[in-house]
Amino acid sequence: MSFEPILTKYRHEKDSHTIDFYRGHGGYEQAKKAIHDWAPDDLIEEVKKSNLRGRGGAGFPTGVKWSFVPKQTDKPKYLAVNADESEPGTFKDRVIMETDPHLLLEGIMISCWAVGINTAYIYIRGEMVHGYNQLVSACKEAYAAGFLGKGIFGSDFELDVTVHRGAGAYICGEETGMLTSLEGERGQPKLKPPFPAIEGLFGCPTVVNNVETLANLPFILEKGADHFRSIGPEKSPGPKLFCVSGHVEKPGTYELPMGVNLLTLINEHCGGVWKGRKLKAVIPGGSSAHVLHADECDVNMDIESLAAGGSMLGSAGVIVMDETTDMVDALLNIMKFYHHESCGQCTPCREGTGWLEKIVHRLHQGRGRKEDLDVVFDVCDRMIGKTICVLADAAAFPAMSFIDKFRDEFLAKCTNSDRSTAQATSGAGGVNV
Amino acid sequence: MTDLAFSKDAMKEYEWMLTRYPNKEAALLPTLRIAEREFENLDPAAMKYVADLMGLSPAKVLGVVTFYTHYRREGTGTYHLQVCSTLSCALRGSEDVCAHLSAKLGVGLGETTDDGLFTLSKVECLASCDTAPMLQCNDDYHEGLTLEDVDHLIDRLREEAKAGGAA
Repeated sequence: MSFEPILTKYRHEKDSHTIDFYRGHGGYEQAKKAIHDWAPDDLIEEVKKSNLRGRGGAGFPTGVKWSFVPKQTDKPKYLAVNADESEPGTFKDRVIMETDPHLLLEGIMISCWAVGINTAYIYIRGEMVHGYNQLVSACKEAYAAGFLGKGIFGSDFELDVTVHRGAGAYICGEETGMLTSLEGERGQPKLKPPFPAIEGLFGCPTVVNNVETLANLPFILEKGADHFRSIGPEKSPGPKLFCVSGHVEKPGTYELPMGVNLLTLINEHCGGVWKGRKLKAVIPGGSSAHVLHADECDVNMDIESLAAGGSMLGSAGVIVMDETTDMVDALLNIMKFYHHESCGQCTPCREGTGWLEKIVHRLHQGRGRKEDLDVVFDVCDRMIGKTICVLADAAAFPAMSFIDKFRDEFLAKCTNSDRSTAQATSGAGGVNV
Repeated sequence: MTDLAFSKDAMKEYEWMLTRYPNKEAALLPTLRIAEREFENLDPAAMKYVADLMGLSPAKVLGVVTFYTHYRREGTGTYHLQVCSTLSCALRGSEDVCAHLSAKLGVGLGETTDDGLFTLSKVECLASCDTAPMLQCNDDYHEGLTLEDVDHLIDRLREEAKAGGAA
């Protein structure tokens, strides 16, 4: 059965970002239905029943997350929309915000109605100026049409949405880092518990949902939870945006049912590995996911299947590497990223990401020793699970899996290995070790 | 010590911004964006102005500005060329784009041309991996770049600056 896109249906149509276009295609009808016909508790149950799972990376069931927010509280409740899309290899939320911002706003309205929230912030990464401008105009249009503000659809429900620009920091995609940044601080993550649902933004109960997650809500209300569950695998159903980049003929954002086979995605949808070359490796879920060897790529792209395959769906940022890729070079690139983006508050991460970069850099220069590979694993062991947030883990996973799966290439760079082909090169900039 | 001040429109935007948050401090990041636009970059005087305006300490403002990479800092050229260098872009030739720009402009990474027109930087993932290699110049993304595209871009920006159209 062929699959018709749901979230990105109108992305190539002219003026798809305007309220007239959106309303002309049935837009805001589901939010209206939610406010008129759905009791908030029933709506939460419906979303639970749909088994919609967060599309930001963690895959937590959305309805369950909403139900953690206290019903009775003296404090205001907030929705913080995570639009800080920063995981290398990920560019799906951008598509929604730039081409269909009203879909996100309608999702926000449904979510806020269900949880009893009157104030929402969209935290968009600072670099995405076009997406920011699209969202700001969409909000203006929605206010003018009476879909935001007071007395929405003739009810006494009110909702304010503010678009808030970040300023360039990967860590602000981590939910507590994002909330800290929204409060006007350096975006350093906080320990959990307390979880944001209990004590989040400004110390108040806060729902944090990803852009793509919220964009699914109008469809769930339109077609019902059962229909949503009929798409893709039972445990992680629904449509999914897959971002494919690197060495494929046709990189891009592909909307397909959750659980599409990775090789089908690459070969049938993306035109295969570029230049007729062979596949060497794939990172399936953003750069913090474990890399898959070409032999492991016959796997379905859903949360359970990828976990069973030793990696993770994460943000579904699929980075494809062909047979010519130097895996030591690729890992060095990733290690530089995490070292640069560590916020610095936890020692294992601040120091660990630095050590990982230095060691991989030395290997890259052909000046490493085979013992260095053990040191990498030792450092990773001292990082994983030992910090406030998971940036340390995110750096350790690729380090371990690249070396595990492409050990020969790393050994070839060691001066004292049997497999050595190392010829030390002079330091061409970068880190001096 | 400073005679900087927001324009009337900027002040109006700032005051509107304050109404969107339950406390003043939360408006710091957006206010810094206004300051960046008003004063061209966030030099110490601009940060001090924002601190005074918001009743925050200059150290607090400096701490926030320096945590993030995307604010325009002192000494940035008219056009800030930020070449994405993270894995997906690197796999499709971002190093060549950087090297080409560096040779063409005669500057290294993090440096600004003598005429103050261009600053060249390598930056981390800009969420445009499907159009690699790419760069961001001020607010705009330039995607799917060939070296010829890079030449055209630089020529165009030089023309624009000559015509006085630079931001």
